[in-house]
Amino acid sequence: MVKVDYKFIDEVLERFGFDKGNIIGIMQAVQEEYRYLPQEVLEYIADKIDVSTAKIFGVATFYGNFSMDVKGKYVIKVCRGTACHVRKSADVLQAIYDVTGLSENQPTTSDGLFTIETVSCLGACGLSPVVMVNETVHGAMNPDKAKALINELREKEA
Amino acid sequence: MRTRINSLDEFKALQAKCKAARDAEKRKILVCCGTGCVAGGNMDVYNELKKRMDELGVACEVALAEDASGNSVGLKKSGCHGFCEMGPLVRIEPEGWLYTKCKVSDVEEIINTTIIGGQFIERLGYHANGELYQRQEDIPFYKKQTRRVLEHCGHIDAESIEEYLAIDGYTALTKALFEMSGDEVIKEVTDSGLRGRGGAGFPTGKKWSQVAAHKEEPVKYIVCNGDEGDPGAFMDRSCMEGDPHKVLEGMIIAGVATGSTEGYIYVRAEYPLAVARLSNAIKQAEELGLIGDDILGSGKSFHMHINCGAGAFVCGEGSAMTASIEGNRGMPRTKPPRSVDEGLYGKPTCLNNVETFANVPDIIKKGAAWFKSVGTEGSSGTKAFALTGNVVNTGLIEVPMGTTMREVVYEIGGGIKNGAAFKAVQIGGPSGGCLTSKHLDLPLDFDSLKSVGAIIGSGGLVVMDENTCMVDTARFFMNFICDESCGKCTPCREGTTRMRIILENICNGEGTLEDLDELEEIARMMEKSSLCGLGKTAANPVLSTLANFRDEYIEHIVDKRCSAGVCQKLSQKAFVIDPEKCIGCTKCARNCPVEAITGKVKTAHQIDTTKCIQCGTCKDNCPVGAIYVDNGNKKKN
Repeated sequence: MVKVDYKFIDEVLERFGFDKGNIIGIMQAVQEEYRYLPQEVLEYIADKIDVSTAKIFGVATFYGNFSMDVKGKYVIKVCRGTACHVRKSADVLQAIYDVTGLSENQPTTSDGLFTIETVSCLGACGLSPVVMVNETVHGAMNPDKAKALINELREKEA
Repeated sequence: MRTRINSLDEFKALQAKCKAARDAEKRKILVCCGTGCVAGGNMDVYNELKKRMDELGVACEVALAEDASGNSVGLKKSGCHGFCEMGPLVRIEPEGWLYTKCKVSDVEEIINTTIIGGQFIERLGYHANGELYQRQEDIPFYKKQTRRVLEHCGHIDAESIEEYLAIDGYTALTKALFEMSGDEVIKEVTDSGLRGRGGAGFPTGKKWSQVAAHKEEPVKYIVCNGDEGDPGAFMDRSCMEGDPHKVLEGMIIAGVATGSTEGYIYVRAEYPLAVARLSNAIKQAEELGLIGDDILGSGKSFHMHINCGAGAFVCGEGSAMTASIEGNRGMPRTKPPRSVDEGLYGKPTCLNNVETFANVPDIIKKGAAWFKSVGTEGSSGTKAFALTGNVVNTGLIEVPMGTTMREVVYEIGGGIKNGAAFKAVQIGGPSGGCLTSKHLDLPLDFDSLKSVGAIIGSGGLVVMDENTCMVDTARFFMNFICDESCGKCTPCREGTTRMRIILENICNGEGTLEDLDELEEIARMMEKSSLCGLGKTAANPVLSTLANFRDEYIEHIVDKRCSAGVCQKLSQKAFVIDPEKCIGCTKCARNCPVEAITGKVKTAHQIDTTKCIQCGTCKDNCPVGAIYVDNGNKKKN
């Protein structure tokens, strides 16, 4: 669990003019800071911009990018778009699951280092199969390169 | 900070100054900074070029210089050149040379040999079929293309409004502001025959006139759909990243023509670079007064906003997108009313795709007749496609409407990768269909594709070879659409779920022939009764694979076989240890999760195929590469 700085939340709300039309932008700013949307923050925002908690939870759970669970330091997005699929991205995903010991049902490592997600298309199809680590795109992957990438990140943290 | 320009004369003076500065550059180095080449490390190449040129005292400008000495070298971060397969790319002007697969270690040679010495480096040139191609335009991949929307993508600095002005940018806007009435602008767009590039192909001029018709309404909106959600498509991303001002100019012209003063660009969350380039472009245009109040003293105003998507495919649908911009769950609503009458915040809204807007400036500048000079009767102009999958040259291409699939796959794409046989092209994403070898000579335009049950969609072309299983492909799309179905209407929510289960069963060898009838029945039901376009077209990949590859479904159901070797439970593939290569290190046996491998130390091991679960761990761990996959029963075409 993270310690929420409500001064920061207030700044975000200020920046978006306490406008309920900007609810998505507000949540994106919060998630950028905490890497997920803590429940108490959503309740706080709902109160401040005068929408019901049901509404804010509805929006938060509708969009794939919002997470109500804590995410790892490295969010690894494995592209499962068509171009990557025909160039065997399923094998890349499996290799990453194997090397991290994670699965679809348990996407984040207990040390908080990695979260594995699948995305429908990263739009870097010319380099398929593609994996994105936070904001960096890694192209032309294969199971071996994927494993090496994870190990490299691990060593960096050790 | 730029000084605001307040009149047409000031605009013309600034444009002339930018042109002079650009012409004065002795040489330009265009480092591709599209997502693909950045992933390949081209930002490092750019930074190293800058650093080394400064150290060596080579005059190098990263921005258009005010008073160019005529001796400087322009170093520019350009947008996507399109030839992503050969990236990272660096283009050298005035010669038009293209260097491929550039690395930081090549920088020294590029500076010494090319920038200082003026010589071409053969090692970095593009080689194909034993030939060396120096000039980018001579490379077969480019030669067959007609680049209009992407004309400047890769040829100008994507982060500089001065560069855009220097190539006649915003001239079309001044024409729309000072020389034409709103109705004349709309008439020109209508006459050009431009149809929406986002998928449905609705005539753009007609849409604009419907919005403009709400004359009494003070608030109207322009919305640009940059939520390029189709897997396998990245044309719009390249456009927004590589030539952002062109998209903005198209939107402002639409605003002026329809009497709308507010514009929204909705960009996918997965495109951070596009958001950064657009934000930068908007800021620059605002500084110059090309966006804002009283543009160039014309009395017309236009404001621009960017909205980032949050990962929902359905938001590419018009009414879902406006709901999302308003801060709601992005779910479509019943139509009518259509968005041209009641769209964003319930006001008349002109919603077009990125590529559509990017076509507008040239139509206004060069006229409808010029636009119609390429393309077909019903589909004028060009279309950008993302060519991906099992093809030699993947990348971003643009061809006249009506170009055949064969030309695209074989002449531009260079044929199938690794010498495999062609099987199909998936076009139009999850709403599109699969075309087979019998469709290779079909012209790519709105109407021809519709006649064979496919759509151009946003323009993703995924080439599939003989190692692709079409049942698995259908399952893949159904998985996607089932996850992305918003759940509002029952036909789409339940229909996709049911179809996913059936396809899953077939891939696992548990399907029956009756399943095929059920798939078709559900598909027809969804097409007729779903709420939005997503649901109405969701079954297309299933229907088109059923129509074109029915024998493959039957093979899965009756013979319990997947001849492409993709469906694991049906594939006949086996992991085999080559006794000649095996050194008997026992590593495979120790790593096998099901103890399927036996053998003594220092003697060749064997795999028991009845126990093997084909996880591939042994192959990954073998230190001498003695383990291979035998696709024994694979059918050869």
